[in-house]
Amino acid sequence: MITYEFLQQYWWFIMSLLGGLLVFLLFVQGGQSMLHSLSREEDEKRLLVNALGRKWEYTFTTLVTFGGAFFASFPLFYSTSFGGAYWAWMILLFCFVLQAVSYEFQSKPGNIFGAGVYRNFLFVNGLLGTFLLGVLVATFFTGSEFMMSKGNIAGLGTVGPVISQWQNPLHGLELLGNPRNLALGLAIFFLARTQASLFFVNRLSHETLEKRSRKFVLFNGLPFVVLFLIFLIWTLLADGYAVDPVTQEVYLEKMKYLHNFIQMPLVMVLFLLGVVAVLYGIIRTVFSSSFKKGVWFSGAGTILTVTMLLLVAGYNNTAYYPSTVDLQSSLTLQNSSSSEFTLSVMAVVSLLVPVVAAYIFYAWRALERKKLSLEDLNSDGHAY
Amino acid sequence: MDLLSASAVNWSRGQFALTAGYHWLFVPLTIGLGLIMAIMESLYVKTGDMKWKTATKFWQKIFGINFAIGIATGIILEFQFGTNWSNYSWFVGDIFGAPLAIEGILAFFLEATFVSIMFFGWNRVSKKMHLASTWLVFVGASLSAFWILVANAWMQYPTGMEFNPDSVRNEMTDFWAVTFSPVAYNKFLHATFSCWAVGAAFVAAISGWYLLKGRHTDFAIKSLKIGSLVGLVSFIMLAVTGDGSAYHVAQKQPMKLAAMEGLYKGTEGAGLVAVGMLNPAKEKYYDDVDPYIFKIEIPKLLSLLGYRDINAFVPGIADIIEGGYLLPDGTTSLSFQERRERGLKAIQALADYQTAKKEGRDADAANHETILRENYAHFGYGYLETEEDLIPNIPLTFYSFHLMVMIGIYFILFFVVMLYILYKKDMVNSRWLQYVALWSLPLAFLATQLGWVVAEVGRQPWTIQDILPVQVASSAISAQNVITSFILFALLFTSLLVAEVTIMVKQIRKGPDGEELNT
Repeated sequence: MITYEFLQQYWWFIMSLLGGLLVFLLFVQGGQSMLHSLSREEDEKRLLVNALGRKWEYTFTTLVTFGGAFFASFPLFYSTSFGGAYWAWMILLFCFVLQAVSYEFQSKPGNIFGAGVYRNFLFVNGLLGTFLLGVLVATFFTGSEFMMSKGNIAGLGTVGPVISQWQNPLHGLELLGNPRNLALGLAIFFLARTQASLFFVNRLSHETLEKRSRKFVLFNGLPFVVLFLIFLIWTLLADGYAVDPVTQEVYLEKMKYLHNFIQMPLVMVLFLLGVVAVLYGIIRTVFSSSFKKGVWFSGAGTILTVTMLLLVAGYNNTAYYPSTVDLQSSLTLQNSSSSEFTLSVMAVVSLLVPVVAAYIFYAWRALERKKLSLEDLNSDGHAY
Repeated sequence: MDLLSASAVNWSRGQFALTAGYHWLFVPLTIGLGLIMAIMESLYVKTGDMKWKTATKFWQKIFGINFAIGIATGIILEFQFGTNWSNYSWFVGDIFGAPLAIEGILAFFLEATFVSIMFFGWNRVSKKMHLASTWLVFVGASLSAFWILVANAWMQYPTGMEFNPDSVRNEMTDFWAVTFSPVAYNKFLHATFSCWAVGAAFVAAISGWYLLKGRHTDFAIKSLKIGSLVGLVSFIMLAVTGDGSAYHVAQKQPMKLAAMEGLYKGTEGAGLVAVGMLNPAKEKYYDDVDPYIFKIEIPKLLSLLGYRDINAFVPGIADIIEGGYLLPDGTTSLSFQERRERGLKAIQALADYQTAKKEGRDADAANHETILRENYAHFGYGYLETEEDLIPNIPLTFYSFHLMVMIGIYFILFFVVMLYILYKKDMVNSRWLQYVALWSLPLAFLATQLGWVVAEVGRQPWTIQDILPVQVASSAISAQNVITSFILFALLFTSLLVAEVTIMVKQIRKGPDGEELNT
């Protein structure tokens, strides 16, 4: 029997999965942040740009779809977070705008600013795109300062007609003041770089770059693991935002997220499996100079880990977008989702996702039958 | 109740107009060139003629430069509904979010996936698969346009929904009514043909330039033949679907129609202004100043377009505000003040409903709900204060509309002449037409932008027709913040546009690869 509650849970799962896919695909951004440090010569840079340039649209499209799907399934989040944490989102979007033109423009004659500027755009997107997304995801656990009252639009209350009102005048920049947010932001940044290094090891037919990439797996993998553990342990031990399933009242519960893992053993097992897969991909690549499949392990592991982490933020009677200034303003799956009708329409649409996945798989395969080398670039009409 | 500061709302509108305006410079070319290069590649696969392949690859290169910046400007538009129109996002997100999500899932991935095969797959997939990819890029771009226009059409003509006083928002009750609303598909066709039209005008202009320079003559003629055919069909279809648009606007947004025509006092058997100039001395909708300095009218045409009846009554701005005329459904129209009172009643009933619910007075709540539903059709009027709030910017709407139509008619003639000379005369030596083709390009872009000005300025003050005016739709964010982001985006988009244009000019100067085309 498909109930409203089931649909809300289903859509939270879809959003979590999209979140997981998005974080995995941030390897493109991670790679962009290493364009300068990983390569020494122009040819090497070109190869890196072209390897990433065949993938960037997947990340970008996933981000756009993530936004659209959030709008359709949990519009109050869209309304509260985007309109409230205005600058965090605006800066994030700004650097994705920079990315979208940079691949195509950087090597074209007449691009005014020169290749260097566009590559710096890519660097900025690689740095801020990953970091800010990590910070924003962390707020699912750490909370933000907003008040939400649906009666505002009917003139109830005294704050004017807007339903969601951000309380901090920095409009999102204040999120950078929370060390737990910073820890996840930096963790995602180093994760993206680790994945990018693994991707290069897998994709490039270039000995020097491959060797250097293996070192980068270690240099970035280590800070990632440390920062992620800091965020994870801190979050597991911290108070969490629980929802009373009967009254819908939000209250603080000690070690709520740890309890969520314990009370949802399947989620915990899959989460740990994901972590192990990421570590396996990293460690084996570092120690075995012939092992090139690390990116598949760490990639699948990332998707699994992030998806499960987001499930923990919303499942098991948890407020997934908590307000630290007014607990009852917090967003829950119940008070922020679309109507039952819309969620079921969208659930039908989501059944088409495997078709989408199938043609993406086909296209990826068709273009990646062999590794990318400099010779390919010189023979390819559309190389960047 | 305090509404949002007008300045913050207006800057948010400005930011949306800025990003949408920039986005719409690139989208029409993406879709229009997408079609033209798909036709060319089909000819290549069918005939095996390498010249078609070279032509395809050339237009694809231009397409790629343009595609990138189209994506860049598009992402801001989507997220802006949340960042700057936060109340809107909740109040109608249940309906409006769905097409946006479907656009992402069904259209963007199609586009992004097959565009990579189109660019990088020439030597990696079969000829037929490559051709299919090129067509799928076009289909993906068109699908994306379809879903976003479904969303836009719904704002102009809300349907398939019901207000829920518990969640305080409109909820979807009929997905097909939203998706296949007559306004939506008409809008889709009109916008799509305008994209094809821009693509055709672009191809004609570049080809004209090559002919002027005496370069790539064969390529230019080939491109002109395809471009002109697409162009003529598109502009004729723009006229047909434009007629459909006028009909829908008359039915659903009479104020927009009145603004498009500068019509203050309604009349039966109203004529359509062919050429006219508004009188700046006209200050109030009720004063006796003649709204036009001069006008040339085509008799009865406005009644015919709007109501399919040459003698139908077309209400003017004053009639819509004062009410009292007979509507097509047989009822008498309400005045602004009556609608405002009913809007206020609806808003109050919603507040009372919420309070009663909270206090557990269910019977009272049910009464308030009844009052709310009886008056909900006028909900948004409760947020407006004066009659003037209901009137969009008349000169902007009026001139945009008429200029757009004139350019459209001009292009029909242009492509007829072009095809005639291409097939019956000597195009290579018709230098005057080559000049005309080149210099007509800005007109095509102007016309398609003006179309959006008519659609969006003409519907003010509504984000959702009759339900939600702009001043309650926006986020609670100060004007300073929005001004800052506005300036950032203006600088960024402008410099990217300059870069795009210079890159394109370089590529065009370089010309299509392949010696066989140089004559």
